[in-house]
Amino acid sequence: MTAPVADVLEIDDALAQYDPVMGLEVHVELNTKSKMFCGCPTEFGAPPNTHTCPVCLGLPGALPVVNRRGVESAIKIGLALNCEIAEWCRFARKNYFYPDMPKNFQTSQYDEPIAFNGWTEVVVDGETYRIEIERAHMEEDTGKSTHVGGATGRIHGASHSLVDYNRAGIPLIEIVTKTIEVPGEKAAAVARAYVSMLRDLLLALGVSDVRMDQGSLRCDANVSLKPRGSSTLGTRTETKNVNSFRSVERAVTYEITRQAAILSSGGKVVQETRHWHEDTGITTSGREKSDAEDYRYFPEPDLVPVAPSREWVEELRATLPEAPSVRRARLQEEWGFTDLEMRDVINGNALEPIVATVELGVTPAAAKKWWLGELARSANESGQDLDALGVGPAEVAEVQKLVDEGTLNDKLARQVFEGLLAGEGTPAEIIEKRGLALVSDDSALLEAIDRAIAANPDVVEKVNSGKPAAAGALIGAVMKDMRGQADAAKVRQLLNAKLGI
Amino acid sequence: MSDLTRKTAAELAELMTSGQASSVEITQAHLDRIAAVDGDVRAFLHVDTEGALAQAAAVDTKRAAGEELGPLAGVPLALKDVLTQEGVPTTAGSKILEGWKPPYDSTVVKRLKAAGIVILGKTNMDEFAMGSSTENSAYGTTHNPWDLGRIPGGSGGGSSAAIAAYEAPLAIGTDTGGSIRQPGAFTGTVGVKPTYGGTSRYGLIALASSLDTPGPCARTTLDAALLHEAIAGWDPMDSTSINQDIPPVVAAARNGDVAGLRIGVVKELGGEGYQAGVEARFHEAVELLTKLGAEVVEVSCPHFEYALPAYYLILPSEASSNLARFDAMRYGLRVGDDGTNSAEKVTSLTREAGFGAEVKRRIILGTHALSSGYYDAYYGQAQKVRTLIARDFAKAYEQVDVLVSPATPTTAFAIGDRIDDPIAMYKNDLCTIPSNLAGNAAASFPCGLADEDNLPVGFHVMAPVMRDDLCYTVGAALEAALAEQWGGVLMTKAPELEVTR
Repeated sequence: MTAPVADVLEIDDALAQYDPVMGLEVHVELNTKSKMFCGCPTEFGAPPNTHTCPVCLGLPGALPVVNRRGVESAIKIGLALNCEIAEWCRFARKNYFYPDMPKNFQTSQYDEPIAFNGWTEVVVDGETYRIEIERAHMEEDTGKSTHVGGATGRIHGASHSLVDYNRAGIPLIEIVTKTIEVPGEKAAAVARAYVSMLRDLLLALGVSDVRMDQGSLRCDANVSLKPRGSSTLGTRTETKNVNSFRSVERAVTYEITRQAAILSSGGKVVQETRHWHEDTGITTSGREKSDAEDYRYFPEPDLVPVAPSREWVEELRATLPEAPSVRRARLQEEWGFTDLEMRDVINGNALEPIVATVELGVTPAAAKKWWLGELARSANESGQDLDALGVGPAEVAEVQKLVDEGTLNDKLARQVFEGLLAGEGTPAEIIEKRGLALVSDDSALLEAIDRAIAANPDVVEKVNSGKPAAAGALIGAVMKDMRGQADAAKVRQLLNAKLGI
Repeated sequence: MSDLTRKTAAELAELMTSGQASSVEITQAHLDRIAAVDGDVRAFLHVDTEGALAQAAAVDTKRAAGEELGPLAGVPLALKDVLTQEGVPTTAGSKILEGWKPPYDSTVVKRLKAAGIVILGKTNMDEFAMGSSTENSAYGTTHNPWDLGRIPGGSGGGSSAAIAAYEAPLAIGTDTGGSIRQPGAFTGTVGVKPTYGGTSRYGLIALASSLDTPGPCARTTLDAALLHEAIAGWDPMDSTSINQDIPPVVAAARNGDVAGLRIGVVKELGGEGYQAGVEARFHEAVELLTKLGAEVVEVSCPHFEYALPAYYLILPSEASSNLARFDAMRYGLRVGDDGTNSAEKVTSLTREAGFGAEVKRRIILGTHALSSGYYDAYYGQAQKVRTLIARDFAKAYEQVDVLVSPATPTTAFAIGDRIDDPIAMYKNDLCTIPSNLAGNAAASFPCGLADEDNLPVGFHVMAPVMRDDLCYTVGAALEAALAEQWGGVLMTKAPELEVTR
């Protein structure tokens, strides 16, 4: 039976009593051209059941053949996570019945994963946390079921289900951490940072599109609590398919507060899978899961063992991009950011966007200014991930170019970003619609200067009496008159000429 | 020209090359023979009259156009119903696949078609190849042409009976524990289990993936070798297929010189439980080979006595997983889909109705053997035995070139005789199973009739991996020497089937 819907404790109260222990399982869909065990294409979004063949439909007699690129990607991921790479390993069959699984077993790996015993690091609030990697193994995705007729879209209450096997057989790498124990107040942020780091790493490796919105990166978060200071692990829950960085953080926090409420009132946490609800920010009970669940794993007899030669592994190692920590240090140096600035960049998940923006010719300082000052702030306010805003490096570079050209100043640029975030069109369209361009017409500026001089005789008097600094007030008046749409430097230049400074 | 059905495949090929007969005539003669006798023999589950004649006509057209054709082009063949043929009903002898028409050709069928071999239809078999008599077929028992009251062996009883009844000169079987060789022995025909991986399993509806091997059935050694060559060789669609040249089987079958060949008689495969007439014919054959210049010694393979129990753990384990795909979701039988039953219920009702008793027995056995807590004791232990058996072979092959034994402990038994005694049925395969466990080549050749019942006895030859040619060398020598005694191959001694009513 599932536990009654639990109240939650406040997170601070929960962490005052309990230490969270986490384990994260991340499934990555590889971006190979063909599926893991057959030649079907892997593109997302094709009409249902058009990317299928006897092999991925599990027709009688059909046999799998391992995709070499899939193995290559698995090895790269393993190496990038500082894993050992197996000299010899096998696939295994994970036997269970489900209508969207064509063979009623998943071809996976069991006790012989291709990569194991690794580690990686994440940075949260300037602190580096080491995360041990248990394993990274190869497997295939299942088909996708759509349950029709029920209220929730889940199978309960549905009148029938539709199955799309396009996804069946897409190569997956499952990356499993060892238990993660960090200070409780950092746990959720570390989980988020880990998934975010993986995303960046996988992108850099070029092995996956890592589109969380399309399910090509999916996180299952295992959370349990133990009384503060205790070393006895509690009962864990596994929250499935948490599909954004922010949701990872929220889901972990929610489970901590939910489990704490159960435990502190003397209840028992049920070992089960849980569903994450993006809209309400809570998890609900899924299926009960016991350790005794028996998948009757055995070595896949249809596939020969995978025995990557050491030469091949070393060749692949040589192609790896630089490690994230090394890269961060290099970029900080190149960009001339202080430790504090770099920390803000990392915490704001803005590292990759800034890299991409700098590559488009924007100075690091300007890129940081827009990404952190405007975009990250907005993402934070609206509860979205930075890459889900619809504003990318290209837009940032375009806006900055207009600033550099003198068409916009920073204040106007901010309004352009506001328009971009609101989906009002391209920067040019927004400038047009909102009438944001700077006035570069000298006569208009000179008229405003005349008005400012006329309206502020006392300031003019001060300037004429040998206090040129007082002219700043006149510039302010002109800018106000122009409703900000003037280049302040230009105004100063014209004003100085007028006043003979 | 009804005597066309009495010709060997090699003779038929010669008739076609010399223009004395067309493939259409030859094919029609065999279709007529099927129409005349198969009501009694029941070797075929499906006769593809139209398809066969169309294939035959196509070969005749190509020949008339002077196109280069393979050595067996235009020769008809009977195909075991466990291999997929596009658009032709394929059931594996099971109700659960009744009416299923595969959308693809197995590799064996592709190669048969490429060789211009005409496929007459699909032959009966024990359900999913589980059995040694065809009595486990969901579509009735095939009768042994030597004595219609007896079983023809199994699982490939349909294929061997078809060639013994002159319904086809060639047939394809599959051998998991003796399913080609035991029916060959029981019907006085040649049955070869190639090296595992020497012939492709793609499109073979799996019983036990690590054991299943397609192979040729024929009335003569040379015919078997010609067919072997047509279907064998590396297949990129089967990961377990061996990427090496096909052993020189045809040359071996033509040559048949055993002078200096070292032959080991397996001590453990004989004696108690072996029918006197079987032992007598076997030892005479060994004598004959000695006279032909072979050096015969006795060899001990001490772990062979554990082969049967190991086999009956490995096979059901793999089968329980292989057969999981028959779930009524995508193809084949569907029972209870009345709009109220859940998918799980429909799966359950379908499997209950669609699988026979022996299939259920093995699914349950295998599911148990793979269960956590039992895996090591059953599946794991069986795999260790398998290794020991392979070592027995390896050690034996240090002393001798081939090993020999009777193909079966007894001759063909009466229909119904052992159907209620699975262990007695399983013991049929005592001599044949070790070669499947080790993956090496083996074959059964006719060596006479047992005195007690006047039924055929099979001479079993086992050769190292990818030395299939050695089986043919021995078979050809024996065949030639015995033909001298008998005035023809053993099949010429078969009683005429009563064809007129």
